[in-house]
Amino acid sequence: MKYLKTYDEKCIGCNQCMTACSMAFFKEDIPAKSAIQVIEKPDGGYHLVVCDQQYRKCVDECPTQAITINKQGVVMINKKLCISCFACVAVCPIDAMRRCDGVLNPFKCVACGVCVKGCPTQAIEIVTEE
Amino acid sequence: MNNTKIHTDVDALKARHVLLKEFRYELRPVVRGYNMRTLYVNVSSNEIREKPVSEEMKQKFTGGKGFGLKLLWDAISDTTRWNDPENEINIAMGPICGNTNYPGSGKSLVVSISPLTDIPIDSNVGGYFGPYLKFSGFDAIEIQGKAERDVIVYIDGNQGLIQIFEAPAEAVDSHILAEQMVELFADNDLEKMHISAVSAGRGAEHALIGCLNFSFYDRRRKVARLKQAGRGGIGTVLRDKKIKAVVVKYSGLSGKSNDPADLDTLQRTGLKLHKEIIALDDQQCRMRQIGTAHLVEIMDEYDLLPTHNFKFGRHADSPKINSHAFYELVTHGLPDGCWFGCTMACAKAADGFELVTGPYQGQRVTVDGPEYETVGGCGSNVGIFNPRAIMEINFYCDTYGLDTISFGTMTAFIMECWEKGVLNAERTGGLDFTWGNWRDTLEMMHQIARGEGFGLIAGLGTRKMKEYFIDHFDADPQLMQDIGCECKGLEYSQYVSKESLAQQGGYSMALKGPQHDEAWLIFMDMVNNQIPTFTDKAEALHYFPMFRTWFGLQGLCKLPWNDVEPANNAQTDEPAKVPEHVQNYVDIYNAITGGNLNKKELILQSERVYNFQKVLCMRLGRGRRSDDIPPFRMMGPVTVEEYESRQDRYDQQLREKVGVDPAGKSSEEKLRILRHYREEQYQHLLNAVYKRKGWTSEGVPTPEHLRKIGMDLPEVLAVVERHLR
Ligand code: SF4
Ligand code: SF4
Ligand code: SF4
Repeated sequence: MKYLKTYDEKCIGCNQCMTACSMAFFKEDIPAKSAIQVIEKPDGGYHLVVCDQQYRKCVDECPTQAITINKQGVVMINKKLCISCFACVAVCPIDAMRRCDGVLNPFKCVACGVCVKGCPTQAIEIVTEE
Repeated sequence: MNNTKIHTDVDALKARHVLLKEFRYELRPVVRGYNMRTLYVNVSSNEIREKPVSEEMKQKFTGGKGFGLKLLWDAISDTTRWNDPENEINIAMGPICGNTNYPGSGKSLVVSISPLTDIPIDSNVGGYFGPYLKFSGFDAIEIQGKAERDVIVYIDGNQGLIQIFEAPAEAVDSHILAEQMVELFADNDLEKMHISAVSAGRGAEHALIGCLNFSFYDRRRKVARLKQAGRGGIGTVLRDKKIKAVVVKYSGLSGKSNDPADLDTLQRTGLKLHKEIIALDDQQCRMRQIGTAHLVEIMDEYDLLPTHNFKFGRHADSPKINSHAFYELVTHGLPDGCWFGCTMACAKAADGFELVTGPYQGQRVTVDGPEYETVGGCGSNVGIFNPRAIMEINFYCDTYGLDTISFGTMTAFIMECWEKGVLNAERTGGLDFTWGNWRDTLEMMHQIARGEGFGLIAGLGTRKMKEYFIDHFDADPQLMQDIGCECKGLEYSQYVSKESLAQQGGYSMALKGPQHDEAWLIFMDMVNNQIPTFTDKAEALHYFPMFRTWFGLQGLCKLPWNDVEPANNAQTDEPAKVPEHVQNYVDIYNAITGGNLNKKELILQSERVYNFQKVLCMRLGRGRRSDDIPPFRMMGPVTVEEYESRQDRYDQQLREKVGVDPAGKSSEEKLRILRHYREEQYQHLLNAVYKRKGWTSEGVPTPEHLRKIGMDLPEVLAVVERHLR
């Protein structure tokens, strides 16, 4: 299984990963359009919210079977089948499946690794586990 | 899913098709929730044409049931009966219908003159037909005429093509027919999901309680599943028109298919409710786990579960058929919405269910359900406390095209007639209707499907059976009237309304007949005592029917309105209304249509159509005050046995409400006094409610009221004036 592993304690809140992700998929730098979210914790520090490819509740919930798991174990949305109901967003226990104003379909981390390079503290890395 | 495979020889079916008519239409996208045209199909003349929807029609009738009723009004005469060719089956959707965001947005509204009531019936049904028809280009389909031989009407919403063809080889029973339609019209596996059929079954050919099945293909189960437009015999009308199926195919559904004015608000509001359901349903209604069957134990606890023909409200054996028993039978973990985006997902089903009777005996099938109404009607009300038997009855009702609610209530009547000696083995052709005899209950249903024996009498429904038993078996007319649980000719749905005056009104004032979809006030009235006075009850019997009518104008499901509630709902001003959800509806209506509706105007939209429907009933010679009177079984104890089963409650009522000391009086005497009191109370209720609704004491909407709500169309006023004279 391939996924983006996060280390909250290393994150300094620079939001570079969000910029990288949003640019990569939406060609614009809008934090809400990033599949990884940097959340400031009330007591200081940051929490990184991103799909760990593990829960897979969305896969069972999707009424059209638009969500499947690819060969590398990554949870993928087939936009041709998706009818934008956002049941997947509601059912995700870690808020990693996302919806954003102005975007028709939900989106999520596909473990592409684009954001990793931008992170100055190695708070995120792509790992592959059995 | 371990089902017995249904083999479809597509070539053999096609070889026997005879094309009668082909019609091409211009494809146009939906604009802000509307197509502004409807589809007219006549299976006598094979005429097919589009009809424009005028701005006035949209303003006055909104959509859904409003459109269906308007088209029906224009198509019939004052004397049209259910089996006249000019009677129609109208399936209409509404502006909100078909959105994939807000749970419960895929309903079709079916309207027709009912064989049971002789007035318009309206039925709200899931499945994919309505939304697909809408995105194929029509706000409604209007089907008139009678075919000579069995036909299928096919609408291809991607090609803009409509066909009527003779289809002699297809099955009539829905579970097979729906599979055949998928095989026939899908070009590949994925397209199966894009096909939906409306059909009935062999039972609907011989009984007046026929229902329609609306199919939806379940990709995971690989089964064409069925949702029912159950009430009022529309399946009977379909088969009388010799229509085997009306089929639609539409590929291309998206989150924008309705062309919403404000996609973000629509998505956000839908997502808010999804999250509420995911977070709270497990602690609230458990709809995602077991659907409406969760109600069985609640109704039993509150003495409201119909038992032995509504005599009682609970039974020692009811735990055998509670939600936990059915939980064991249905398949779990699947997204069981009857339309995309319904995370309430109450459309449960058992798979690989082995049948033990009838023509499909030994086969393993998917059974859609059971819903609460089926458990109440075909379970406790007939004394059947065997979950597998209830599932089998459910399955055969569906595939034969019979309404489980009417079937349950009328069988309960039959069983009580058996108990009271009105029926015996000689009169039933050997069938034994002792409470709980599920084998003979099923055999009666198979007789209906075969068109033979006692099944033919039963298939007439409760009202006509009463007359039959009086005429042929010398039954006591008063007893028949008291225990035959129908009003206006329609069988009651499955709640005991005896101890709730407001619900007695909710049932028997419901325009189409006693279905609880206009008002369900038992908890407000009986349990929580929130509407103690006549004025309170009248207000509730105004607001809730109007609010609930709106679902039918929009193509919405009622369940996500109050079968899940926001966490803080109890702290709001009017928890029974679920104010936040009402606001959601206003928001999604405006988001789709670009309109500027508020909560008050929402009610006004309903009031127009509601009063129109009432006047349509009057035009057909009904809709009178006398049509709104329930049988006494639904108002109180008919027999000493019932009185004594709730003696404390009734004695107390005599003391406190009637001012009569029950001490020293016989049960018969107390029964008589209580009955007199309750019948009088009911008349007071009618007076109060009619007044609140803007009607005369005879139940006629006044011209002033019609003007006030904007339903003063000349043809409507003409009928009203005829009745005021
Ligand atoms: S939004 Fe799309 S991917 Fe998510 S559950 Fe709905 S159809 Fe499936
Ligand atoms: S791995 Fe790719 S999809 Fe996931 S957060 Fe990083 S950039 Fe976005
Ligand atoms: S709540 Fe149930 S009946 Fe209503 S739309 Fe959802 S699945 Fe269908």
